[in-house]
Amino acid sequence: MDGSAILARLQERFGAAVLATHDHRGDHTAVVDRGVVLDVLRFCRDEPALRLDMLMDLTAVDYLNYPGREAGPRFEIVYILYSVSENHRVRVKVGVEEDDPVVPTAVPLWGIANWYEREVWDMFGIRFDGHPDPRRLLMYEEFVGHPLRKDYPMNRRQPLVGPRN
Amino acid sequence: MADPHEQPTRQVREIFLGEGTFPQPPPADGTENLLVNIGPSHPAMHGIIRIFAELDGERLVKTDVEIGYLHRGFEKHCEGGPYNNAMPYTDRLNYVSPLINNFGYASAVEKLLGIDVTERCQYIRVIMSEISRITDHLTCIGASAMELGAFTVFLYMIKAREFLWEVVEKVTGARLTISYGRVGGVKADLPPEFEPAVRQAFQETRTVLDEVHKLLTGNRIFVDRMKGIGVISREDAISYAITGPLLRACGVPFDVRRATPYWVYDRLDFEIPVGDVGDNYDRYLVRMAEMEQSMRIVEQALRAMPAGPVNVDFEGRPFTTPSEYVDRGKLGKTDGLLLVPITLSPNLRGQERPFHQAVNAPDKRAVLPSKEVTYGSIEGLMQHFMLIMDGFGIRPPAGEAYFAVEGANGELGFYVVSDGSDRPYRVRCRPPCLPPMAALHRMLEGGMMADMVPTFGSINMIAGELER
Repeated sequence: MDGSAILARLQERFGAAVLATHDHRGDHTAVVDRGVVLDVLRFCRDEPALRLDMLMDLTAVDYLNYPGREAGPRFEIVYILYSVSENHRVRVKVGVEEDDPVVPTAVPLWGIANWYEREVWDMFGIRFDGHPDPRRLLMYEEFVGHPLRKDYPMNRRQPLVGPRN
Repeated sequence: MADPHEQPTRQVREIFLGEGTFPQPPPADGTENLLVNIGPSHPAMHGIIRIFAELDGERLVKTDVEIGYLHRGFEKHCEGGPYNNAMPYTDRLNYVSPLINNFGYASAVEKLLGIDVTERCQYIRVIMSEISRITDHLTCIGASAMELGAFTVFLYMIKAREFLWEVVEKVTGARLTISYGRVGGVKADLPPEFEPAVRQAFQETRTVLDEVHKLLTGNRIFVDRMKGIGVISREDAISYAITGPLLRACGVPFDVRRATPYWVYDRLDFEIPVGDVGDNYDRYLVRMAEMEQSMRIVEQALRAMPAGPVNVDFEGRPFTTPSEYVDRGKLGKTDGLLLVPITLSPNLRGQERPFHQAVNAPDKRAVLPSKEVTYGSIEGLMQHFMLIMDGFGIRPPAGEAYFAVEGANGELGFYVVSDGSDRPYRVRCRPPCLPPMAALHRMLEGGMMADMVPTFGSINMIAGELER
């Protein structure tokens, strides 16, 4: 299925909840409302025509001070989906406000979401509602802050932590 | 605004949870399961991995995999410098096949810029990527065989890898930290003695692969320890986004080179080996077959590769050193100076102008000029400065692009976001080894403690790709 056909299918199914679509450099992208993101992902995975059965990547972008986006939500969660059987890709994005950084978890849909979401929580401080195992993946538990946020300074140091017991 | 570094109060759990309850309730017969830390400093845990295991006798009941703290801050560093400055960091993502990471990142930025590299450069990228894939598989199979006691295999494989790394060294000038990719091309053209060197190295590699086949493939001990061990089903593999040899061992013929061809892969003839069970033995066979296919690709590419443009006319002025060039400029004899090829210091060999044009995109917005032009003309110097100076440089239009290549372990994707300035706003690397690590507990649980070693070895975990 062509990428633009997938976007049209999503718009037809979810209507105004699909806030924007674009295909910059051939990457077909749908920006969806946070309330329906889980439904969109489930639809992408289960709809026979789409069958986007692999969550190839899940990451976040911190748009703090990004030129031209002062008004929008600070974070964006990016789901890169791929269909092994149909061989097409689509990107689903959802905006997340700074004062309410919560997204529903995709763990019931894909096993890999478990680690990807732990990583996003660790690096960006975005929580995933309903995650079965919400702890840091890369940094240690006592680490303060989230390193990939744009306001986390690159040369910031943190005290060494001794053994736990 | 609240302090962004402040964490919401969370309970730090002393015993970490896997998927579900952990530890398991004690069995009714009064015995208790044993909790054991395997790693991080354990000969079978490559590097920094810790597996926290709950054991019932020698059987792994429940495991929790931790990927440890190997932090160079790859993504954070990429966001701190110009586009081309990320190239050395991508070298260090995967230290057994760094060329693929170089080219993957460069291609993502080129996609963002909307430029294409020259045909010869695409062939060079294919050839060097396939050589890297062979070295990667050689390391993986050699190391896992060694962990099962087959030390001879390890020595043979490392010997073959050495021949290939010598080829890589001839091309890039380094063996590990190669930094050979460039946005818009590669650092330099292939050296003249490249093709015979590759053929010689492949001959040696084929001999080694034959020997390893004889030593391992039918070996009773090896087969007993690999067959039926570390199985992951096709559904689980897709749910965990596993790609590469691990997915193909489950019988899914997904390969980025074939599914969404990039560079010149669609012109080359190769097969995608698949297994059917998805156990360690299938992964071993898939990797062995892939090395043969990679050599086939390189040999085809060497035959099909177009030559660079014809050398420019000397016009009877065989300048050989930059100083003569400069002297002539000082005398005001500047007619046709730009056309004159000069030879630079041997440290810059491979940067000759005609070759540079053959392997790099003709786009002045992105591609650094050759050293001859930089040192030989004011236009070249200005262009070089404009691309290097802070605040100028490569400036892709604002937007985002995801580019995936087939790394040795699976899909290696780079997601680059640009804000229109000369440094990437966000670089995300989709590492091929993170998903198998996330699914490792599914392969281990229910198996024997000793099976952990071949299963973990078959993943070919590369710690440099796991961190951000």
